[in-house]
Amino acid sequence: MINIFEVNETNKMIEQENLDVRTITMGISLLDCIDSSLPELKRKIYEKITRKAENLVETGEKISMEYGIPIVNKRISVTPAALIGGAACRSIADFASLAKVLDDAARQVGVNFIGGYSALVSKGMTPADEMLIRSIPQALASTERVCSSVNVGSTRTGIDMDAIKLMGEVILETAKATREQDSLGCAKLVVFCNAPDDNPFMAGAFHGVTEGDCVINVGVSGPGVVKKALESVRGADFETLCEMIKRTAFKVTRVGQLVAQEASKRLEVPFGIVDLSLAPTPAVGDSVAEILQEIGLERTGAPGTTAALALLNDQVKKGGVMASTAVGGLSGAFIPVSEDQGMIDAVTAGALTLEKLEAMTCVCSVGLDMIAIPGDTKASTISGIIADEAAIGMVNQKTTAVRLIPVIGKTVGDTVEFGGLLGHAPIISVNPFSCDAFVERGGRIPAPVHSFKN
Amino acid sequence: MKKTIITVVGNDTVGIIARVCTYLAENNINILDISQTIVQGYFNMMMVADTSKSEKDHGTLARELQDIGDQIGVVIHCQHEDIFNRMHRI
Repeated sequence: MINIFEVNETNKMIEQENLDVRTITMGISLLDCIDSSLPELKRKIYEKITRKAENLVETGEKISMEYGIPIVNKRISVTPAALIGGAACRSIADFASLAKVLDDAARQVGVNFIGGYSALVSKGMTPADEMLIRSIPQALASTERVCSSVNVGSTRTGIDMDAIKLMGEVILETAKATREQDSLGCAKLVVFCNAPDDNPFMAGAFHGVTEGDCVINVGVSGPGVVKKALESVRGADFETLCEMIKRTAFKVTRVGQLVAQEASKRLEVPFGIVDLSLAPTPAVGDSVAEILQEIGLERTGAPGTTAALALLNDQVKKGGVMASTAVGGLSGAFIPVSEDQGMIDAVTAGALTLEKLEAMTCVCSVGLDMIAIPGDTKASTISGIIADEAAIGMVNQKTTAVRLIPVIGKTVGDTVEFGGLLGHAPIISVNPFSCDAFVERGGRIPAPVHSFKN
Repeated sequence: MKKTIITVVGNDTVGIIARVCTYLAENNINILDISQTIVQGYFNMMMVADTSKSEKDHGTLARELQDIGDQIGVVIHCQHEDIFNRMHRI
């Protein structure tokens, strides 16, 4: 029988340490909606999403109430729109109108984000892929809940530099198209290398083509719980530290697994994966940076940061894998700057730079995430940053991503406010030297050799 | 039978258990186990209850218990036992 101390421990995690289930994301395949008639395609998409996800939000809220655990977001991911719209869309405006349908369907079922306005172009772009990518600024400026992602490289295919060059321009255009909201559109746009098919976290979620018709994926969180647990092992050696992270991650993930199974059962949709990510929010005490500081750094960005993050990421996985039947998605520690108060403070104090963040992305999930850069940054510079990040992902056989926000009209020293879970951020400085000639080359960086592993 | 865990935490005062138990009795909820401690002046109680015979759904019970908690100045949670079993038992 459960005792009062165990009950109190769980409830303390929920009430004081921000333990929550970050998202229940329903993945919906739209492959069976494909049609050469645009109006028919739109009708089928709207009908399928609103039918499949009709009870998603209500079910999430019921589970939350019964177990007393907050489920912060209920979301939907769909098959990459470039694949779905290819047969029907003849222009950029046609594609943007698909985004509108996704937005309407999301609003109808009450989810706050729908991901999958995406293209997978790691080896090359079809005309439909390119058209979708070019439509992203218009799509994100004219919708509220749609999230977009583009996969520009993978370990097996290499890096599509043409797509990266285009994405530099598209990010800048998206920033301009949403300049009235501090370029918020870019917060809903991710560029990936090795994008996972089953990621439940926005803005990069999409329902991969290898997935089934409909699936429930759950993203857990809990940086605050890990931070609090580590306070009890201050000064202890690394073995003790790692053991504590592992144990805590195990407990957090067990809750995620419970919620995932319940949601899957009640919605009669197969369970996909639990994503074991430590996802921070701007709330005080819900920060990955604070964990790194608890491990022993004065500020995130100090020497030792990459090592501390590497061990944190690995222990979270080790603890979480044992607690779940299937693990997937991104699974690791997120380091979004604007969504983590400790990261924001570190940037403001001058401890954390873009270059150090890049190093950190070599050892943890995601990549350069929610970083506000000056609005006058050149498109080619953004492309260069994406290429660097994609190269890290390609060579290290891991997912990396870039979600940069060039804030139009703002520069280093200014701050930008996105609101809600997206938080706020100081504008970070970007290396001023040019990579124009590098980006202009065009073509593809070949896949790396991975056979000489001895 | 699905068990429900009801926890009450707050400043100690006269009649907390009476108030909660009256509500549970009125709603046909059987109490299977009670444990209670006072930690640094704070009242801390956990009940294991069987809500299967209650006509109200879990959401209503949780909300009404929360309201009672507000009236007597304590925090009352009503949660399915599985969240604790999952976290603390392998």
